[in-house]
Amino acid sequence: MAFAGRRDVPEPPDFGILKRLARDQLIYLLEQQHEVDKLYKVDSRPALSTSDQFCFLVRPRIKTMRYIADIVNADKMSGRSRKYKIIFSPQKFYACEMVLEEEGVFGDVTCDEWSFYLLPLDEDIISMELPEFFRDYFLEGDHRWINSVARALQLLNSLYGPFGKAYGIGRCAKMSYELWRDLEEESESDGQGRKPEIGNIFLMDRDMDYVTALCSQVVYEGLVDDTFRIKCGSVDFGPDVTSSDKSIKVLLNAQDKVFSQIRNEHFSSVFGFLSQKSRNLQAQYDRRRGMDIKQMKNFVSQELKGLKQEHRLLSLHIGACESIMKKKTKQDFQEMIKAEHSLLEGVDVRESTSFIEEHIDRQVSPIESLRLMCLLSITENGLIPKDYRSLKTQYLQSYGPEHLLTFHNLKRVGLLTEQAAGETLTAVESKVSKLVTDRAAGKITDAFNSLARKSNFRAISKKLGLIPRVDGEYDLKMPRDMAYVFSGAYIPLSCKIIEQVLERRGWLGLEEVVRLLNGNEFSVSDSTVEDNPTWESQRVILAVFLGGCTFSEIAALRFLGKERGCKFIFLTTAITNSARMMEAMIEAKA
Amino acid sequence: MSRARADEEEYWHSSKFRAFTFDDEDDELSQLKESKRAVNSLRDIVDDDDDDDLERVSWSGEPVGSISWSIKETASSSTSSLEGRDSGLQKGSSSYAAFPKQVSSYSLSSLFKGRNKLPSFQSLSDALSDTGVKNYAPELRRPKAEYKDYSSDWSPKDTVRRMQRGKVCSLERFRSLQDKLVLLDEAVAGHDGNVITAVLIFLKRTLRREILFRELEVRQVALCHLIHFLKEAGEQKLLLDLLRFLDRTEEVALSQYREHLNIQDVEKRREFLKGCIGLPFSAEDTSHIQDHYTLLERQIIIEANDRHLETAGQSEIFRKYPRKASILNMPLVTTLFYSCFYHYTEAEGTFSSPTNLKKTFKIPDKQYVLTALAARAKLRAWDDVDALFTTKTWLGYTKKKAPIGFHRVVEILQRNSAPVQVLQEYVRLVEDVETRLNLATKYKCHDVVIETYKDLKDRIQLTAYKCKVERGSAEEEKINSILNNMQIRWKN
Repeated sequence: MAFAGRRDVPEPPDFGILKRLARDQLIYLLEQQHEVDKLYKVDSRPALSTSDQFCFLVRPRIKTMRYIADIVNADKMSGRSRKYKIIFSPQKFYACEMVLEEEGVFGDVTCDEWSFYLLPLDEDIISMELPEFFRDYFLEGDHRWINSVARALQLLNSLYGPFGKAYGIGRCAKMSYELWRDLEEESESDGQGRKPEIGNIFLMDRDMDYVTALCSQVVYEGLVDDTFRIKCGSVDFGPDVTSSDKSIKVLLNAQDKVFSQIRNEHFSSVFGFLSQKSRNLQAQYDRRRGMDIKQMKNFVSQELKGLKQEHRLLSLHIGACESIMKKKTKQDFQEMIKAEHSLLEGVDVRESTSFIEEHIDRQVSPIESLRLMCLLSITENGLIPKDYRSLKTQYLQSYGPEHLLTFHNLKRVGLLTEQAAGETLTAVESKVSKLVTDRAAGKITDAFNSLARKSNFRAISKKLGLIPRVDGEYDLKMPRDMAYVFSGAYIPLSCKIIEQVLERRGWLGLEEVVRLLNGNEFSVSDSTVEDNPTWESQRVILAVFLGGCTFSEIAALRFLGKERGCKFIFLTTAITNSARMMEAMIEAKA
Repeated sequence: MSRARADEEEYWHSSKFRAFTFDDEDDELSQLKESKRAVNSLRDIVDDDDDDDLERVSWSGEPVGSISWSIKETASSSTSSLEGRDSGLQKGSSSYAAFPKQVSSYSLSSLFKGRNKLPSFQSLSDALSDTGVKNYAPELRRPKAEYKDYSSDWSPKDTVRRMQRGKVCSLERFRSLQDKLVLLDEAVAGHDGNVITAVLIFLKRTLRREILFRELEVRQVALCHLIHFLKEAGEQKLLLDLLRFLDRTEEVALSQYREHLNIQDVEKRREFLKGCIGLPFSAEDTSHIQDHYTLLERQIIIEANDRHLETAGQSEIFRKYPRKASILNMPLVTTLFYSCFYHYTEAEGTFSSPTNLKKTFKIPDKQYVLTALAARAKLRAWDDVDALFTTKTWLGYTKKKAPIGFHRVVEILQRNSAPVQVLQEYVRLVEDVETRLNLATKYKCHDVVIETYKDLKDRIQLTAYKCKVERGSAEEEKINSILNNMQIRWKN
């Protein structure tokens, strides 16, 4: 297929152990300790069970605590006595206990923690399954999950040995790193002196690069995620894909022999591959003609099962492709991609703006409209006030006035801003600064900056050469750089930064880019780890995305790894895409 | 949080357990449960006597109610986890034998050790298994004097550190404002939001709000945490006070406006929105809020009227196309579509007429035409569609004009399966020749294709197109006559 890559790419560490650990730990908690025999799903409806023992496995959220407290109090009122156990995952928060105390059920309920931090989704992807990280940190400015990230790093460190070199950029990256080092210093880690399996770690905040996450995905795995939503490494293919009346749940990972060959491909080359594959399959089936009995017996016992499996997978992915095509043609996908590319390149901005306007007016999709507006804003360093007002008004008219709240949220995180907005921010800043010492003022400026940073996308893009020069057609089947994940139009910024830093073994020479990204970069070598270049681990890099990572970025770095003879492993707070990011910004009922 | 719920659902599907409904009936299982219950309740009785004299202290230092059974429950496992930790620490190798279930040959020590190192800070067993009984001592009931001695052991930094590791810590001794602020600053420096919030809850309880607010104004990170906490806990009043104190008037307004999402009853919602108009929004947003109120007001009137019309069965349009959903709380454009669908011909004076909506909400022409077109095309009212684009010039000629590209018009018409005669009229108006040819070919508007090729003087293409039209049809004849026309100067 498209990238042959280098042969000497190192093997990734075995994540099977993580999965087993998590599973055993949960089973231990549920069965051995609490003798749970059935699981219910925490739901908005009242639990009607006759069981005399309730065990709740929950996220540490205040709302959930209230729900549980209501159950306990209702039982108390009706004179019913039960045991209640809350298992918090991944950890218990003080605020939750405060609620239990306030509701008068503290003491009636016992608490435990399931310190579940890492879910291996594939042989190179670990997810923390914390989709709420994005909103909690970037919108609300809440640091509650930083501890979880630090603990996840600690766990990886203890299982796979120390990381020799740590790089990072972003405020959250820096804090997570510091907290993790703190934890390490405190515990006499048994990982020291071990042969490291992961040589490098790179931490990055999602707000370093919103652009990439906002683009329409065109590599197969990303497209499947955008269209059908991959959840926890599996996807529900509906009747339109399975061409039957039922849905099928499919696990999407390296084990799927068909999927593993097309996941990183640009969508345009997937068709060709699938039809070639079908022809091969047909040929293999056809071989049974003219077989004698013995050969036939062999065929049935040895090959048929594999062929059938492959056949099933092939027809599923072909069905998925068809369904994607159908949906995308309906949505003017071509036109949309064209508009996106113009925005990335910074040409024909007027045309793109009216494309977005029409998209809104036709009520095509509230999420897509929002995404395109954000992309326009970030690439242009904010909308000009006239456009901002008119697009906002039309959006509210098309999709509902309550989205006023959404716009406010987007402004706060800096995803959708008005060009003049920077001035009001500075006004508040200077007003506050007068009140306090210089040191504190610096902190405040930092805090403001983190909330609504100027994107400076155009300048960064120029500096790093993110828009490849087109000389002739970009051959998507034989990609020459990471831009292939966006049809050759754009090299994902996040991946480019990682590439550059690894190449330079630090930030030297990237000062201007760092300044445009608002700093907070770091690069630390662990002195206890020998810098032994012969170790394979030197070529294994753990890429940590704080706030989510897209399949396009994963594909791009996989490509880079194959080109450079290194291996990327991904640790992300959650798999994300543009729709998930937009949805996280929408206000919903309490 | 339906997304989160959907994600959670994945766990149930992929785990060995299955989520199920409450009316699950399984005879064998229920028998099993029955006997299990019996056994469990027996144990309760046995346990109750031992633990009566135990009392627990929360992290804020206040004693809480008896938790007899739970202590027993965790205590029973504490022996095993204690062993697990000890050997794990000493040898740094597997100590899984202590656990009842040994599944794999992998070393599980690191994970279980991790769990023990960060015990749930209120679980007695875990605290015991930590570094021995000594650390836990302050939390047990002791003579008052002694208690005080113990609790002052931890510096602010150590307190924060301990809390970060999930250990029990009393904050009550941080009484002077300075101590409290040092504690808060340490918490912020520790980067753990959970601890920051915990300290803030303590400060909120022990400081007058003006003082707390004043201190938070120069501590932005802590301030974010308090605001987020108040939002999550639904302490709206305090939140508004805080925002007012900070002079964040726009946020005050938005935060109040947000509450309308939780009001189900439309009348109450309308009343609430009316109250929102006077809130300190920016000038631009005030008009949006005003529009929101006006829109809902209109929708209530239209809804009442139309429901009556529909049930009476007098109106033909409602009989022919029964309403699928109520118009209440729908966006403006949807409302406009609705009114173009059901009330197109009404005079401007009525609230439900499209022109009235257009005027009241200053809907731009482009938006109006798009919506009206979609609604009338859905009803296959082609005359209305025609009228929508026809304008008279000052000389009295009629002319087709549209504020949107005609290719869009074609697309919308086609989606509503307009007949070719209607379609081709608009295809012809598409300005860009290539787009026009594409659309005409796609939707079989032969006349347009033929004329376009004729205009382009493209003989080859026109000849080729002959095989696309039916034999002996008028179109074929037309092509032939054009090809035979000697006056045309073909370019090829």
